[in-house]
Amino acid sequence: MAILSKDEAQAILKKVLGFATADECEATLTGETGGNVRSARNSISTSGAVDNVSLAVEARFGKRSGVATCNEFDDATLRRCVQRAEEIARLAPESPEYMPLLGAQQYVGAPKSYAASTAGITPDYRAQQVGASMKICDEKKLSSAAFLNDGATFIAKRNSKGLEAYQQLTNLEFSITVRTPDGTGSGYATADYNDSGKFDAAALTRVAADKAAMSRNAKALEPGKYTVILEPAALVANTDASLLQALMSAMDARSADEGRSFLSKKGGGNKKGEKLFDERVTIYSDPSNPEIASLGFSGDGRAQKKTTWIEKGVVKNLYSSRFWAQKAGIPDLPRPDGWVMEGGTQSVQDMIKGTAKGILVTRLWYIRPVDPQTLLYTGLTRDGTFYIENGRIKHPVKNFRFNESPIIMLNNLEAIGKPVRVGGNLVPPLKIRDFTFTSLSDAV
Amino acid sequence: MKRREFVGLTGLATGALFLPAIPGLSATPVDPLRLLETVDPAIKKRLADAALNAAKSAGATYADVRIGRYLNQSIFTREKQVQNIASGESYGAGIRVIANGTWGFASTNTVTEAGMAKAAQLAVQIAKANAKVQKDQVKLAPQNGYGEVSWKTPIEKNSFEVPVKEKVELLLAANAKALDNGASFVNSSLFQINEQKYFASTDGSYIDQDIHRIWPTFSATAIDRSTGKFRTREALSAPMGLGYEYLTPKAADRINGPAGTGLVGYRNSYDILEDAALAAKQAKEKLTAKSVTPGKYDLVLDPNHLGLTIHESIGHATELDRVLGYEANYAGTSFATLEWKAKNAPYGSKLVNIVADKTQPGSLGAVGYDDEGVKTGQWDIIKEGKLVDYQKIRDQAAIVGQDHSDGCCYAQSWQDVQFQRMANISLKPGTSQMSVDDMVRGVEKGIYIAGRGSFSIDQQRYNFQFGGTVFYAIEKGKIAGMIEDVAYQANTQEFWNSCNAICDQSDYRLFGSFFDGKGQPSQVSAVSHGSSTTRFNGVNVINTARKV
Repeated sequence: MAILSKDEAQAILKKVLGFATADECEATLTGETGGNVRSARNSISTSGAVDNVSLAVEARFGKRSGVATCNEFDDATLRRCVQRAEEIARLAPESPEYMPLLGAQQYVGAPKSYAASTAGITPDYRAQQVGASMKICDEKKLSSAAFLNDGATFIAKRNSKGLEAYQQLTNLEFSITVRTPDGTGSGYATADYNDSGKFDAAALTRVAADKAAMSRNAKALEPGKYTVILEPAALVANTDASLLQALMSAMDARSADEGRSFLSKKGGGNKKGEKLFDERVTIYSDPSNPEIASLGFSGDGRAQKKTTWIEKGVVKNLYSSRFWAQKAGIPDLPRPDGWVMEGGTQSVQDMIKGTAKGILVTRLWYIRPVDPQTLLYTGLTRDGTFYIENGRIKHPVKNFRFNESPIIMLNNLEAIGKPVRVGGNLVPPLKIRDFTFTSLSDAV
Repeated sequence: MKRREFVGLTGLATGALFLPAIPGLSATPVDPLRLLETVDPAIKKRLADAALNAAKSAGATYADVRIGRYLNQSIFTREKQVQNIASGESYGAGIRVIANGTWGFASTNTVTEAGMAKAAQLAVQIAKANAKVQKDQVKLAPQNGYGEVSWKTPIEKNSFEVPVKEKVELLLAANAKALDNGASFVNSSLFQINEQKYFASTDGSYIDQDIHRIWPTFSATAIDRSTGKFRTREALSAPMGLGYEYLTPKAADRINGPAGTGLVGYRNSYDILEDAALAAKQAKEKLTAKSVTPGKYDLVLDPNHLGLTIHESIGHATELDRVLGYEANYAGTSFATLEWKAKNAPYGSKLVNIVADKTQPGSLGAVGYDDEGVKTGQWDIIKEGKLVDYQKIRDQAAIVGQDHSDGCCYAQSWQDVQFQRMANISLKPGTSQMSVDDMVRGVEKGIYIAGRGSFSIDQQRYNFQFGGTVFYAIEKGKIAGMIEDVAYQANTQEFWNSCNAICDQSDYRLFGSFFDGKGQPSQVSAVSHGSSTTRFNGVNVINTARKV
């Protein structure tokens, strides 16, 4: 019963609320089904299947709140679950940051968030896709390690104040690292989709295989400041921290107001309204964007709406909890699920053609914060780093460690390419001058 | 304890839906009463047999079953208020099979004989689907069954039996200490984990285990509004494989840091109040600390810092799955390949002796048996600077022609497949008597570093950069004041070969990582690393200050 229809889900939620005696009650039903295959050494290493449905009930008496859950759906179990939430709520202390439950909300429709093709994936489909990928690497005498993960989910909410929400989502993600047998070359490719009809493991494998072959016998360049072309997978990763995701994760109003964010202002307040980035930088979120359709509501039921976070380099909005928004007198914007960085029309190849001297970076790795005051991060290049001269890739280069801040980076912008989907976001390749590499790595 | 009394004392379990996404703590929120329930091993044996029999009937040549009940409780506070308390439970079973020479895995939260059998059949179906494109058949190192056995973390006080009110009061008291000593903000938290795991396999093992872990921690922040500068000092606690007794400080467990720092290290018990007071003072001191001049320094590294360096540059580098290429798409491979090991090149100086241990008392990784039914033990990884062994599980041991696993298999929950995870990897203390003050006296120009900070290492474990929590300049054998903006960069082999002094056993402590991530889908694992304070000569230090 993993994926319930809207009517099936709301029927259960109505029944749950009917058992409630609390001042306020909210019930959330979630379900998921899916599977994954992992391969290494051109052979399948592990695989798995996921199938689960769960109900969470939150009961409130005044400013006291309690939560209980269950994953069986007969009347007696549902009634016990509500009673348990109410019992916990009666015993809980009052929350100083209590906010009443939300009433009815208007949610943006995102029909593209669900694709039947993805929901219908079978173990045979996964094996065929990964098998096709491994076959290419066998034929080219290369070694691959890959991961295919897909799933369908639904989330339904309903509360005693009239809020009602339901949405289905599907997702498929694939990533592959291809290495040469002598261990001197490595290439990478990744993609994710709502609709698996767009997925072609073989095509992505060819990209990674070509990069692996091209990256053999890399030459060392001195660390220093270089013009770089960062491919979208180097800017946002679904396997690691990342420079642009770090920036978006720091757009919280409360930490800025409290003085512990790069957005905090000397003497108090935050930098909303200030121009902090190159004027070509515009980032917004929109759950109904067909390329990255995402959940139309947040965990506390607020509507996810089209919101501009940075416009022409100016900080336009910060997200916050409902409590802090009320206290600070600001719009109560939830943190977005995915976002779009506006770009141009150039591909990575076009950007290489327009570069006299620079370094092409496929992927960044082990990205960790060094200083929250300046949003300085460190990490390394990986799986395809190349020297560009006179508009062409001249030779592979050894990997570098970087120490860089996305704030500095987005002020040193040379060019923005055409955005592509990475990790549920639309991210353009960026050409950045004076990107700071601080040391060399022998890692391949 | 009576139900009403327990619920009364733990009734703060509110707002669990707002729990931040913390790996390993994603279990379902639950009535705290249920945290004290257990499941009868006889029932689990019957359920496990249903799965094993179904798997064999469907064509599996090997099967194992893990029935897991994973409990957690986390408490979050800031300044004078409780932010969130969540009690979580996750109960279900994972079934792993080999069919047609290929692994298959499925999990279910329908823990009935029918539910287990259905999941087992699905696992076999997945294995057979994958076998159509499989090249190499899975082989396992042999493993005899142990029959019905059990193991339990040797705790003195189950943290789930301690009233939440008592835990909250302790965290709020720590916050008060920090605020009284100059912190502008303080967040504190307490994580508690209990894994009730039952393992059964077609080898004939039925293993019941009860595992406990605890981690109290905080972060004190000082702000200078006039300059807009803020600095944070994290707790110097280590997460441990202990019960609530860890939070009853004992004088014998305090180890003083170098003279002139005021720092205190903690061994098997932790004084959160003392540490919070010092943290606030040090956070304020950081606001005006001198920025480091980049260059080569002798580094004196406290065990609460060095543990992370050991973890990244030795622990992960000697995992055999990485060496063989299984993690190439995610966490990476390793420079310490079989070919590199055969060359007998030095990994470190002759002082460097690294031991792997899945049985070390108080450690996060201590278990009696791993998640594929192998009894755990201790073995050498590096002896006098030379790599002598790796960390392995059954199918990897078979690949490299060894006849036994090291017992390093682990899954973060019943719904995740088990795979190779790090054992407790520790640096043996020096054999000659040496205190940390003795060590500092031998340094002309150096830096003393305590606590974890920023950490990053490449995908083959060569190039790393580490920061820290607090830094002190060492000049002419003495501590010469706090400095900041410090990070050191090194190559693993050069770094460990520059190791030239290790304090003795009296300074030995465990560092811990509660949420070590690896694998796809990513899973967390908890692991400890022991060491005494250790010196490394001539390491490259950079200045991390920037202007934005």
